[in-house]
Amino acid sequence: MLYSEKVMDHFRNPRNVGEIPDADGIGEVGNAKCGDIMKMYLKIDDDIITDVKFETFGCGSAIATSSMATELIKGKPVSEALDLSNKAVVEALDGLPAYKLHCSVLAEEAVKAAVKDYYDKNGIAYDADQFAFDDHDHE
Amino acid sequence: MIYADHAATTKTSATAKKAMLDAMDQFWGNPSSLHTPGQKAAEALEEAHKTVADCIGAEPREIYFTSGGSEADNQAIRSAAYQGKRRGKTHLISTAIEHHAVLHTLAKLEKEGFEVTLLPVDASGIVTVEAVAAAIRPETALVTVMYVNNEIGTIQPIKEIGALCRERKVLFHTDAVQAVGHLPINVKEQNIDMLSLSGHKFQGPRGTGALYVRKGVPLLSFIEGGAQERSKRAGTEDLPAIAGMAAALKEACDHMEEINAKLTALRDRLIEGLSEIPHSGLNGDRTRRIAGNVNFCFEGIEGESMLLLLDDKGIAASSGSACTSGSLDPSHVLLAIGRPHEVAHGSLRLSLGEDNTAEDIETIIANVKEIVAYLRSISPVWKDLQKGVRTYVIQ
Repeated sequence: MLYSEKVMDHFRNPRNVGEIPDADGIGEVGNAKCGDIMKMYLKIDDDIITDVKFETFGCGSAIATSSMATELIKGKPVSEALDLSNKAVVEALDGLPAYKLHCSVLAEEAVKAAVKDYYDKNGIAYDADQFAFDDHDHE
Repeated sequence: MIYADHAATTKTSATAKKAMLDAMDQFWGNPSSLHTPGQKAAEALEEAHKTVADCIGAEPREIYFTSGGSEADNQAIRSAAYQGKRRGKTHLISTAIEHHAVLHTLAKLEKEGFEVTLLPVDASGIVTVEAVAAAIRPETALVTVMYVNNEIGTIQPIKEIGALCRERKVLFHTDAVQAVGHLPINVKEQNIDMLSLSGHKFQGPRGTGALYVRKGVPLLSFIEGGAQERSKRAGTEDLPAIAGMAAALKEACDHMEEINAKLTALRDRLIEGLSEIPHSGLNGDRTRRIAGNVNFCFEGIEGESMLLLLDDKGIAASSGSACTSGSLDPSHVLLAIGRPHEVAHGSLRLSLGEDNTAEDIETIIANVKEIVAYLRSISPVWKDLQKGVRTYVIQ
């Protein structure tokens, strides 16, 4: 099979799908031209991510990595969400085919973009370098 | 399992399997050997040449067996190019929607110094005879145009392009991998100089194909060795596979009319059913298309997800999305007919075969509707389209 059982499970039964209408932070990354867009919604209370939801346009691994990323950050402090790496998402999914690794990068970037939006909206100072990712490319 | 991916490959038919087993039992000798087992095999090989030739209106000696459609395309194009070059003809003409066996061969020749013109197709996926006529120059060595497109099923005006090439004294090759066994073909009447075909597209075995080359058209060999296939393709012939392909082709041609009548009805119902999905569009011409082919784009979703969910429902299909090809871009065919990238990613190809039933079609329609609706419900692109943040491409 192309994908691990875990990837297929998160693809078939994605966790935390949907929208949070009163989200504290929203991040959208990717490009429809490239075939994947992820949108991440965060609800943050007292620096804890109390709720997270996602919407994804993309392939099986794009949906699965979004789903896994939401599971990994739900209930965690914002600082931990910022530390989420694409590698951690891939490992939690028991691996991805090499040419699908960019999906996990997108998931990491979606989380970060949502946190950045939360910081911006609330006037929280941050080091811009930690959000220095390129616009979506397929590296 | 509902198999709706017959353009990718077909299941080897019982007739082909029997022919293969018979060949293994009875014609296991080397056709190049002078003894009786060898000569029995040589006769079976000659019979296969005749069977294949009869199905496309050719002479047995004009058929060269190959390992498949790709090899036949490679040999035809490279042979025409190199021979043209000897006479100062270094220009090659083809279309933007060819199979990669043709496109990549042409790209390689381009690196070797040939000039390649890839003609555009119109929105329905057809190349015009006028476009070919305008592209032909005194130094044109070859025109190669596929008979039926493998993704969107469009049928090109082969006979007319052939007549034009004959008149302008340019060699004409057609990659007919998706056409042979599915459409009536007569290479003489259709002015075809060279034609490629592949066994596994009409229920023959994998690893078999043939190149038709009109008598009088010189052909270069690219596999050197023995004198097999009139010294144009060395290597001991895979007689069981060749016999299997010939038997499958004869069967397909004998039943072509009834199978096409059935497939056309199934296809039209499938197109009708999928057209009910909002913001969906048929790719390729509505009528000038092969009987079993249906190809749609659905806005706001991506093709691979659709395929995986269809597979969960027991439906085997394919897509032109980038994610299913392992490359960055979606199908070059969908881009060539003017679909933007984001729409081309959401394509679905259903290619039907004679085993498909009317019930299968209703099951496919119901499942595709459900899956498209579900994927749209989790797609931020679809949401933006609905909100008017993005503009629908397909109304």
